[in-house]
Amino acid sequence: MKTWILIIALALGTVLMKTIGPVLAGGRQPPAPLTRVIALVAPALISALIVTGTFTDGRQLVIDARAAGVAVGAVALWFRVPAVLAMIMGGTVCALLRLAI
Amino acid sequence: MPLALPIAAVGMSFGILASPLLGAVAPILMSAVVWSGTAQFAALSILIPGGGIALAASAGLLANTRFLPMGFAIAPSMTGGLLRRFFTGTVLADASFVIGHRGGGRFDIGALAWAFPVQWLSWVGGTVAGVAGAAAIGDPRRWGLDVFFPVFYLSLLLPELFPARAPRNKRSITVAGMAAAITLLLTPVTAPGVPVLVAAAAALIGLRPPRQPNAQARTGDEA
Repeated sequence: MKTWILIIALALGTVLMKTIGPVLAGGRQPPAPLTRVIALVAPALISALIVTGTFTDGRQLVIDARAAGVAVGAVALWFRVPAVLAMIMGGTVCALLRLAI
Repeated sequence: MPLALPIAAVGMSFGILASPLLGAVAPILMSAVVWSGTAQFAALSILIPGGGIALAASAGLLANTRFLPMGFAIAPSMTGGLLRRFFTGTVLADASFVIGHRGGGRFDIGALAWAFPVQWLSWVGGTVAGVAGAAAIGDPRRWGLDVFFPVFYLSLLLPELFPARAPRNKRSITVAGMAAAITLLLTPVTAPGVPVLVAAAAALIGLRPPRQPNAQARTGDEA
């Protein structure tokens, strides 16, 4: 039940954000400070999600096999390896480390 | 369409990671109607460590606020009535935004709209394949698949902070650093999911006018 609420909320909210601009149109723009904040929400949120996915386990801060995997993925991305390949490389390193430890 | 394969691959990893938690139908339906990798991964990142539905929905929607400026950016290139503009808006996506961009703030709306069916089919098809394969794979952690989340996010963040053909985006780097610090500080003391949302508030430093005059012109070009 809760999952359906989540799906509906995400679907409606996404459509709303995609269509406000086109529907209002007429060359109108949101106020400049708001536009600047909106442009910064993505890097803030994504950075927080990276930290959560790499260094946390529930409420604990940890450094485990994931950190190594993410580091490998980051280096790969830095050298312009395609995202999917970088994901597989990071995942492989992480899985191998878990096997070894 | 060279994008179809990577989109399907990311969709597949979403299916694999989501189905142990959400079952078979929900991830596929989510891909079909939400159709946004960033939002779906963000929501899932909150749900997996035990965050609630409200937090997951908020994270997913915050991840999609980037569509607001994108919608405003394509609006002047659109023709037709309200309904037509509405439906063109709904098929907007990161990749189609880039595909339709013709430089100088102009967009080829036809190219943008026609990118939709290909992307949608690869995304949903990939999710179906992921859900189907999830049972065979078992615990995603065994294969290191949980690392897909942060690496996928890095693939979105790095081009934003260090664009290929522009100087590095100092303000985004500051905000990303602040958000990372907030997350590390709050994780031990708050419920799962909360640190991520509080960290998003780092974006509020955007209220201050930028120091370089050309930084503002970039904001409409997020992709």
